[in-house]
Amino acid sequence: MATTAEAIHEHDHHEQSFVTKYIFSYDHKMIGKQFLIMAIFMGIVGGMLSIFFRIQLAWPEQSSDFLNLFLGDRWAPEGILNQDMFLGLVTLHGTIMVFFVLTGGLSGTFSNSLIPLQIGARDMASGFINMMSAWLYNISAVIMLASLFVESGPAMAGWTVYPPLSALPQAVSGSGLGMSLWMISLIIFVASSLLGSLNYVVTIVNMRTKGMTFTRLPLTIWAFLITAIVGIISFPVLFAAVLLLAMDRTLGTSFYLSDIIVGGEMLDHVGGSPILYEHLFWFLGHPEVYIVLLPSLGITSEIISTMSRKPIFGYRAMIGSLLAIGFLSCLVWAHHMFVSGMDPFLASVFTFTTLLIAVPSAIKVFNYLTTLWKGSIIFTPAMLFSIGLVSTFISGGITGTVLGNASLDIQVHDTMFVVAHFHVVMGLSSIFGMFAGIYHWFPKLYGRMMNDKLGYIHFWTTIIAGYGVFLPMHFIGLGGAPRRYYDYSIYDTWNPLASEMVLDLNQIITFFAILGSIGQLFFIVNFFYSIFKGPKAPLNPWKSNTLEWTTPTAVPGHGNWPGEIPEVHRWPYDYSKPGWEEDYVPQTVPLREGEVDGGGH
Amino acid sequence: MNNKLIIVLVIILGVLAIAQMMRVNNLSNKIRKRNPEEPSEKENKRSANYLILFMISLHAFLIYVIVKYGFTNLGPAASVGGEKIDFMYSIQWILVLLVYFGCVTLLFYFAWKYQKKPGVKAYYYPYNDKLEMLWTVIPAAGLSLMVVLGLKTWNELTTPATAEYVNVEIFSEQFKWTARYSGPNNELGKFDYKLTTAENPFGIMTSENIETSFNLMKDGGVGYLGIKTLEERLNDPKVILSKEERKNLEIELGRKERMSRLLEALMVTYEPYKDSLDALAFDDVIVEDSLILLKGQKYNLHLRAKDVIHSAYLPHFRAQMNTVPGLTTFIKLQPTISTSEMKEKLNNPQFEYALMCNKICGTSHYKMKMSVKVLEPEEYLAWQKTKSTIDGNSWIRGNEEAILEYYRNITNSVVDR
Repeated sequence: MATTAEAIHEHDHHEQSFVTKYIFSYDHKMIGKQFLIMAIFMGIVGGMLSIFFRIQLAWPEQSSDFLNLFLGDRWAPEGILNQDMFLGLVTLHGTIMVFFVLTGGLSGTFSNSLIPLQIGARDMASGFINMMSAWLYNISAVIMLASLFVESGPAMAGWTVYPPLSALPQAVSGSGLGMSLWMISLIIFVASSLLGSLNYVVTIVNMRTKGMTFTRLPLTIWAFLITAIVGIISFPVLFAAVLLLAMDRTLGTSFYLSDIIVGGEMLDHVGGSPILYEHLFWFLGHPEVYIVLLPSLGITSEIISTMSRKPIFGYRAMIGSLLAIGFLSCLVWAHHMFVSGMDPFLASVFTFTTLLIAVPSAIKVFNYLTTLWKGSIIFTPAMLFSIGLVSTFISGGITGTVLGNASLDIQVHDTMFVVAHFHVVMGLSSIFGMFAGIYHWFPKLYGRMMNDKLGYIHFWTTIIAGYGVFLPMHFIGLGGAPRRYYDYSIYDTWNPLASEMVLDLNQIITFFAILGSIGQLFFIVNFFYSIFKGPKAPLNPWKSNTLEWTTPTAVPGHGNWPGEIPEVHRWPYDYSKPGWEEDYVPQTVPLREGEVDGGGH
Repeated sequence: MNNKLIIVLVIILGVLAIAQMMRVNNLSNKIRKRNPEEPSEKENKRSANYLILFMISLHAFLIYVIVKYGFTNLGPAASVGGEKIDFMYSIQWILVLLVYFGCVTLLFYFAWKYQKKPGVKAYYYPYNDKLEMLWTVIPAAGLSLMVVLGLKTWNELTTPATAEYVNVEIFSEQFKWTARYSGPNNELGKFDYKLTTAENPFGIMTSENIETSFNLMKDGGVGYLGIKTLEERLNDPKVILSKEERKNLEIELGRKERMSRLLEALMVTYEPYKDSLDALAFDDVIVEDSLILLKGQKYNLHLRAKDVIHSAYLPHFRAQMNTVPGLTTFIKLQPTISTSEMKEKLNNPQFEYALMCNKICGTSHYKMKMSVKVLEPEEYLAWQKTKSTIDGNSWIRGNEEAILEYYRNITNSVVDR
């Protein structure tokens, strides 16, 4: 039987042309790589956009050849950023980072690459749907990028695209063609995300190898599973929100529009409410935060345990808190809307659920800390990024208790404090998780090692720049500075002190932002160079327990294991188990007589 | 052009330099037979030390920023509600900083302390249910305290205003604010966006305005095409229209016909109440470009939006609420510190309160601001005397001395607390 399987796979390899192997591939590993490469590209674009508007914020309306070089005379005449384009940059930076880098990039890359390998399956449940998911993702990314080149500019209503601003081209130029492209792109993205998520759930539930019970799944898989379920619940609601918005824009319906006079024109939309859109949007928008965060937490759990050479502390509590976060994440959306004009009573309910979600988050943090305690920690770049994640998860999560409390939120709602908060807790944490994952599983994806020296430089510049950017930003917001302001000259006439403070801090921030983007060059060069020229990786470079390291070749062939899929006998966290010679016991090693599995849970 | 070339060159050279660096490092690893997947003891130690160094710098940076910028330039809360919020903040910051310093310090300390050392095996410690219980209960207790406090404050801030509140409407549009005071009867005139014309920019409902709008829609006016004109133009065989012009005119006609039907319905509905509509509206006072408040007076701000969502953000008063087209929202506000007092407190003779837009609303979002002045009774009365109502009467009616006395009592109510 084994030999036939091998023969079939051998046969497969011969038949694969360039197109079926690299472009229209059904292989989950290749699809994971496709997501990863596109996400890195989108990340470069999204990062560049932020540098453009950071330059404006630090040196308002000063000529910059850098801006003129990239934005041209249309959007940066004489090197001064156009006000509309400022809003466009802010909008597209948010959209690209949230959806294309952190959702598509993180779930797409790691769910695809790791699920079959870690649960012991040959591939995803449906290779074809998986391929569709990757291609819809690419198409939607291209459409989103195309909107940057539209004459009237990309969408300019912020990444949340609240109507009426996003519904009325008379209100801002980006709400014309740019906004249409935004909606088309997002609708395709939702389809891609749903196809992917359904596949992940079906695969995890049905295709686990023999012995791989739910309580033997690595925490990465648990995180991907819950992420996918949350995505399936919430993404269709975004689809509905965008569809209704499209109808308001084109068919003259009044879902979100009412009593509007814009550009001297009285519109005949009566009876709609933009607050309906806000509810629908945030019903996705908030779970989305956890959709980007949970995979990173899963990845980190795995890496921290492996690199501390210790079982993850409280495996079941970790699963429980993942489940609790996943469940609660769907019940907190209106905390984005405390001052939106909705019924104040709702705010009381959502304050309660929001602060409730801090409890499982705190459990995770304490479990990470206890995992490090009395460990034997090896600082690979992946481990450093994981520690970085825990630190940003703490420092960003704790400011969330300010924003989640309706009364406190009044003062800082929609200020730069919010921007700082979510960039730390969801931006930095997720991207740290993503980098950690890339450094850790690169040997499995490409069969080669990344250079660790460059990895260290990358980590240190990233974490220094990350805190350098977002720590001072909290204080701009506490000083009462609204977000999405082209400059803060508004203070000049009445409070020069505040004006000076904001400018000071903005210059510090921009300095660190530029430092951070230089740091990313070290990653990009390292990544692409190592794919082709990195030193060959050993089969199990980190001495890890999980199944993906048991494949007989560094890069598993199609089907992952020639012959039979290994059977699983234990949970994945038997590191430094007393009574064993080595400090790790792979999941495929049978239990000894009288040995207790799962750390005695 | 030259500069641009240099920028491009620098980027390319930078990338090449990094690639070169990496090649050299890879080669030296090969020669030294260094194992790239496992950092040496020395390297591991270095990373651990850097982590501690980073933690110390991070804490120092945070303390520096708090000392230098933390006590914001906003000054003390200038309203009764704001004081409550600030009180909550003072507790909140203690909790935030405790957790932050505690957890972050532990994290980096553990990472440093338990770095890999030769011969030391990690401690196999998979779970402890008592500990899990402990750190479920403690955060839950801390959060419960904040939830209870928060909800108490929130309910106080958002319960509907009573009769003692003075009603003022704040009207927002791209990119300006306007205030409308309810005048002597303390009731705002009704409004409907369909009544908006050049002469009636806020769509205030009076019998005359309803009629004017209806006629304007039907017959047109200066610079405004009415239904009649549109129909004539579409049906006139002598006028040659391109396909697109015709389509646009038809769309406009359809829209205006619907609007005129809605206006007609409005006219019929309000026909019996004409006089009371007028009475409500005629004593309102419209004030452009600034919002003038009496120190100590309780205000109920009615927020309206003309075009897109804006947000009325009054940072010094710790107050904020979105303005939503098609929906009136409210802020309750009782200022406690007059502008002149705040100037002294902040030692800034230029100081002024501000109402800023805090919801992205288009190109000039960042300029959308109205100055806010909180006045002492004498100043406030003097200002009121310069203003007249919509029907042209003076705002102040009756005994000025009595009014001033009344205002002083109001102001004293916040001074004497």
